[in-house]
Amino acid sequence: MEYVIEMLNIRKEFGTFVANDNITLQLQKGEIHALLGENGAGKSTLMNVLFGLYQPEGGEIRVRGKKVDIANPNVANDLGIGMVHQHFMLVENFSVTENIILGSEPTKYGITNKKDAAKKVQALSEQYGLNVDPYAIIEDISVGMQQRVEILKTLYRGAEILIFDEPTASLTPQEITELIQIMKRLIAEGKSIILITHKLKEIMDVSDRVTVIRKGQGIGTVITSETNPNDLASLMVGRQVEFTTVKGQAFPGEEVLDIKDLVVQDYRGIDKVKSLNLNVRKGEIVGIAGIDGNGQSELIEAITGLRKVKSGTIFVNGKDVTNMKPRKVTETGVGHIPQDRHKHGLVLDFPVGHNISLQTYYTKPISKSGIIDYNKINEKALQIIKDFDVRTQGPSELARSLSGGNQQKAIIGREVDRNPDLLIAALPTRGLDVGAIEFIHSRLIEQRDNGKAVLLISFELDEVMNVSDRIAVIHDGEIVDIVTPETTTEQELGLLMAGHTGHKDTQDLTKKGEDQHVE
Amino acid sequence: MSNRATNLLVPIVSVILGLLVGAVIMLASGYNPLEGYAALWNGIFGDMYTIGETIRQITPYLLAGLAVAFAFRSGLFNIGVEGQLIVGWFAAAYVGVAVELPKIIHLPLAIIAAAVAGALWGFVPGLLKAKFHVHEVIVTIMMNYIALHVTNALIRTVSDGGDRTESIFASASLRSEFLENLTEFSRLHLGIVIALLMVGVMWFILEKTTLGFELKAVGFNQNASQYAGMNVNKNIILAMVISGAFAGLGGAMEALGTFEYVSSKGGFTGIGFDGIAVALLGMNTPLGVIFGATLFGSLKYGALNMPNAAGIPIEIVEIVIAVIIFFVASGYIIRLLLLRASAKKKEAK
Repeated sequence: MEYVIEMLNIRKEFGTFVANDNITLQLQKGEIHALLGENGAGKSTLMNVLFGLYQPEGGEIRVRGKKVDIANPNVANDLGIGMVHQHFMLVENFSVTENIILGSEPTKYGITNKKDAAKKVQALSEQYGLNVDPYAIIEDISVGMQQRVEILKTLYRGAEILIFDEPTASLTPQEITELIQIMKRLIAEGKSIILITHKLKEIMDVSDRVTVIRKGQGIGTVITSETNPNDLASLMVGRQVEFTTVKGQAFPGEEVLDIKDLVVQDYRGIDKVKSLNLNVRKGEIVGIAGIDGNGQSELIEAITGLRKVKSGTIFVNGKDVTNMKPRKVTETGVGHIPQDRHKHGLVLDFPVGHNISLQTYYTKPISKSGIIDYNKINEKALQIIKDFDVRTQGPSELARSLSGGNQQKAIIGREVDRNPDLLIAALPTRGLDVGAIEFIHSRLIEQRDNGKAVLLISFELDEVMNVSDRIAVIHDGEIVDIVTPETTTEQELGLLMAGHTGHKDTQDLTKKGEDQHVE
Repeated sequence: MSNRATNLLVPIVSVILGLLVGAVIMLASGYNPLEGYAALWNGIFGDMYTIGETIRQITPYLLAGLAVAFAFRSGLFNIGVEGQLIVGWFAAAYVGVAVELPKIIHLPLAIIAAAVAGALWGFVPGLLKAKFHVHEVIVTIMMNYIALHVTNALIRTVSDGGDRTESIFASASLRSEFLENLTEFSRLHLGIVIALLMVGVMWFILEKTTLGFELKAVGFNQNASQYAGMNVNKNIILAMVISGAFAGLGGAMEALGTFEYVSSKGGFTGIGFDGIAVALLGMNTPLGVIFGATLFGSLKYGALNMPNAAGIPIEIVEIVIAVIIFFVASGYIIRLLLLRASAKKKEAK
């Protein structure tokens, strides 16, 4: 079998830390090869070695059978290796074509020749069925479309081997389906793909083979059709992993959160939440399913006091908290795992211990008459670090240097430990690996079983289906339907999220959707 | 190389490099660098008198440095220390001249007046920043000019058209016979005690109080602070007020200690601006400010001796001093060079 890329026994060290130890990855021509590993397992390091951003301490790289030394990304480009980054590297107010030619602008008499470039972009777009308008401005097009621009960028530069770094992290279910089509088209046109991911479902759907790495070690390569998600997960984590979160029946009690006719505006003064009604009871998890940007953020910010409510009311435990200050809302018994852990959840330059006390630093026993007892902060931190399995060197390590999963565990520890009557969890598992996701889900369910109310906001249908007792589908600032996970399907949710209401016609559409999937 | 060794080596190498380049500049301009540095050394440590004067010079730098550092730690860039210091100077001198009271009341009153004046001068930019998102750098720069000219006008009014106020009553003075006797009658005054006390106050606020916790949190991440229920606006205003109070106290040092009066000024004192460098040299920590202020105060005062004792023109002296401070501030570059050197050594092995 012909290998287009062989990374043999790669070793990469950072000081005394070994990020990659003896990892071998062999990419066959025309295959989609998944690279699977937990957060921090060393996937990105390995790919950065391949892309010339890091130099390995050991091992060798062969491209089409020839040993190569990839000193920098330009060498990688010349070898036909292209990378589609997780965080797009696009200039927002440039056009598609301008972004694609950026760095290698074709010139005519010293003047950039955009017209020819646009033609070439158009041709490539058609060849691979990408459907991108070369003249569109980046900030006007959807995230899925922006990703296609990234793909075009690599194709334009003549890439034969494409590395996709967590490509589905920010896509909607529909966009994911489309991306999978595109990847298959690329393969049909003779390209080879390395897909970095920790989503097992995608791997099962698209990949031909999977290379697993765990804690920097190469575990091995398996053929996708001969394995299953369970085996892959245990290979990746190194132990058995529970998938469908185990949870007993819910016994909902009285209402904790009651929202009536809520209207919230964004900073431009546009209504993002429109006459929204919702309630969450003790002992249940209500999941809010919806596509990003349909008012979820504004809804949470309104409940937690971070954003002004235009009209309507919010009651927590029978108490009117509409337009209360954030601290007052918190003290009413609301815990909030924020959507953006770096922006809102943590003070990254504070130690872990400070962050764990971010909501309680001013209360007894940590503070007495304005004086903080840092010993108490450390005590608390050590307890949370232990209870919530936060992997850190200790309370005085800066939050910035923790991995995403551990940062999230610290936040969840902080919020859950206060034992709030209402826990709002916004995208609590975004970007985390299965081990951490499992842990976080079980904590949410534990809160529910302790008779607390949980409001879960997620863009991941799997998560909403697995964890929620009731699912409220949000579209354009309104709850369009409330369904139960037992009686709905992902297809139905997907359509509701896209704004199709009414159960009757959804069935036809569902069928159609399935047909498309088979194609 | 171990971390601790690097930490120790960096400032030493920086100072040596600064001195070397300074020497080259003196040589190139035709002066003897050895004589120059000897004069500098004697200007700082020559006898008890110069030591006393050096410490006196360090005192206002300490407070100006604290003011800048405190604002920095809260995420604010207070360029207005100069103006806050000037109004503090005037306020202290005015209280010192206007009334005669028992020392136990008069001196604290004059000191507090300076702190309040500085705090007020910091309050305005803080308020504008918190309420209207006006950038504090713009406002504080403008407040500097306002301070300069308003105090000049007030001085003329108070002194019936004169250029300076009367000298303050002895009951408001920071001068101490003990310190004067100790230092061969330098102008060293009790202000250094107040300045060092304030270093402790800043440390205490930042490291021991809930207020300090909030100020630092707001300085690092306003969004997360707001999420955690902190009043971001209140903290911004408070940070500027406290910073301004430190600066105002710096003015009191001049009014009640060094000069015992206030005179109208043709331009800024420069102490407030140098405070920015002092704070940054000290990494915005209370202890670091002591280091920065000592370096600045010593070099500034010691340099005065270089034209007299070594015949080096003041312009060259100022360049040399600036070069030394520049190298100390470039610690980061030195650190990088040291790391490279040690990495190469490792490879060679």
